[in-house]
Amino acid sequence: MDKFLNLLVAGTALGSIYALVALGFVVVFKSTGTINFAHGGFVLLGAYLTYNYSVTWDLPFIVAMLMAMATMAILAVILERLVLRKLVGQPAFTVIMVTLGLLILIQQVQQSIWSTEVLLDDPWGTDQWELGGVVITQVRFFTVLFAAIVVLGFFLFFRFSAWGVAMRAAAIDQEAALAQGISVARVFAISWAIAGVVAVVAGVMLGADSASVNSTLSFSALRAFPAMILGGLDSPLGAIVGGVVIGVTEVMTTGYIEPNAEWLGQGFHSVMPFVVMIAILVLKPTGLFGSRAVERV
Amino acid sequence: MATDDTALRLLPTRFSRVSIGLVVAVGVLVPFVVSGDFWMTVLVSAGIFAMGAVGLNVLTGFTGQVSLGHAFFLGCGAYTAAYLGAARGWPLPLWLLAAGVIGGVIGGIVGPFALRLKGNYLVVVTLGLVFIGIHIFENWDRVTGGTNGTSTSQAELSLGFTDFRSFSIPGKDFSELQGLYYLVWILAGLFVLVSANIVRSRPGRALQAVRDRDVAAEVVGISLPRYKIGAFVISSSMAAMAGAMLGVQQQFVGPTSWNIFLSIQYVAIIIVGGVGMVSGAVLGALFLGPLPEIVEKYSDKLPFLYEVKGEGGIVSIAAFNEMLFGALLIVFLLFEPRGLAALWLRAKARFRTARSTP
Repeated sequence: MDKFLNLLVAGTALGSIYALVALGFVVVFKSTGTINFAHGGFVLLGAYLTYNYSVTWDLPFIVAMLMAMATMAILAVILERLVLRKLVGQPAFTVIMVTLGLLILIQQVQQSIWSTEVLLDDPWGTDQWELGGVVITQVRFFTVLFAAIVVLGFFLFFRFSAWGVAMRAAAIDQEAALAQGISVARVFAISWAIAGVVAVVAGVMLGADSASVNSTLSFSALRAFPAMILGGLDSPLGAIVGGVVIGVTEVMTTGYIEPNAEWLGQGFHSVMPFVVMIAILVLKPTGLFGSRAVERV
Repeated sequence: MATDDTALRLLPTRFSRVSIGLVVAVGVLVPFVVSGDFWMTVLVSAGIFAMGAVGLNVLTGFTGQVSLGHAFFLGCGAYTAAYLGAARGWPLPLWLLAAGVIGGVIGGIVGPFALRLKGNYLVVVTLGLVFIGIHIFENWDRVTGGTNGTSTSQAELSLGFTDFRSFSIPGKDFSELQGLYYLVWILAGLFVLVSANIVRSRPGRALQAVRDRDVAAEVVGISLPRYKIGAFVISSSMAAMAGAMLGVQQQFVGPTSWNIFLSIQYVAIIIVGGVGMVSGAVLGALFLGPLPEIVEKYSDKLPFLYEVKGEGGIVSIAAFNEMLFGALLIVFLLFEPRGLAALWLRAKARFRTARSTP
């Protein structure tokens, strides 16, 4: 039972990271209708920028993270304005491929600026608490806490702020939203900025989870796809639930499936999310909370 | 001159017959003129890229199914070449065909997923395929050699009457690279012929109907399962054969080469060349395929590049090459989505209008 609870804690922590990454994908998908592969690059850059501000420039960690968020938000808006805006109305294929191009560019820019893996110097401390056999490390505690804060802020913004309402309106019907005086262009910009901000938190947490910030973070971020698919591409709530479910599944795979099935190979847990994703897509392509596109063939 | 049946003919005009003849003649003569290993290597890798890109074009260009899983199928082919060709010593036609069959069968298994999913979802699933593929390549030690990889240098390259490793005609002996050049481009030529024949025939029109309006295609009686899965089978079979040749060229197959960047490279090739045009896939392969090697060769002329960090320069050669791919992908999609092949069509259209106005 202790083993199960420990794995559950670890899985929830990992899952909240996936949830954060997936949230970034979903925000952009919901308002613009495209999967933004460049988001993997945002996660990567966010982590390195935080490192740059906090370790290289020696600023307090929270300040560094806020500055990284501001930088990423600006960068995301610029990219949207310069590149993605020109593709409004183009087929999904074109837009996806452009975001893949951006992903490659961002990755190589990161490699050129910081060519090595770096450490964030454990700003959250290395202590751990024990609650009746269940070990909770500070990293995991803060991961879940940060994720919860971001998610809560996100939902409050969407529910109550004027821009949140505008974004929901534009997501339902762009033309109707335009007719009501909502600037859809600004909605796009805001959703990209939000994605940039969320990516910083996700990147830092992903870096903490894998013990160092390195260039593979953007691919780790792509492992959040299963979470997004499970939840349904256009549902923020789905991204959170999907993230936690996938995180727990992955950790449970390490704990229970891998020791009993060696033929699956080393590190099977890292592909487990994709196996789950393919199963979901076959059984229920719209995910748990996704809206269904009506089509009869 | 342009009657309705031009689309049905393989080579509709005298001009196209002459130009194809010229291209083939130049292709055959190249090894007589070029003997340097560098340019031969460049042309061999361009040929392999052409094989794979023609295959991807059947799926993405004709049928409109976007796949990021191409790297996985290439990998399957490369390991087939290593296992059957090198370790088991099968002859060239057999291991190459086996690669094609294995690729086709796996494509046929993946195909039905594509039926349920389109656009965004299909991209994500095929991306998952690449991750799962790398995991299998890393762990199926007995066949793939695990993380250490496996060698393909023993793979048989002879075709009964001739051996492509030491290919010769009366009066001239060719180097191994030159032999590989002929083999690879003969295969690429065959693939071009196959896909040009598909696109001008009934199945090809069905595929394009699926791409343009799948609901309407279904209504006029085109079976979506049959054609979507068929496109997957052909495309992945061609990819696997290209992968087999890639494995032989590199003499070594390791698990991490079959990553998402390789898939993106192929997508970039068909976009830069011209999506949906057979000639586009080949043009793209000739233009983008050799780019990394050429940049590396002439890197000392480009002051902002460095090979070893600390030598000066801003970006490493490897990073610059990947950036080039990303940037070209974006630039072409933004400014010339029909690719290099469209530049020719555009010039032709301009010529026509200039001629018709008195």
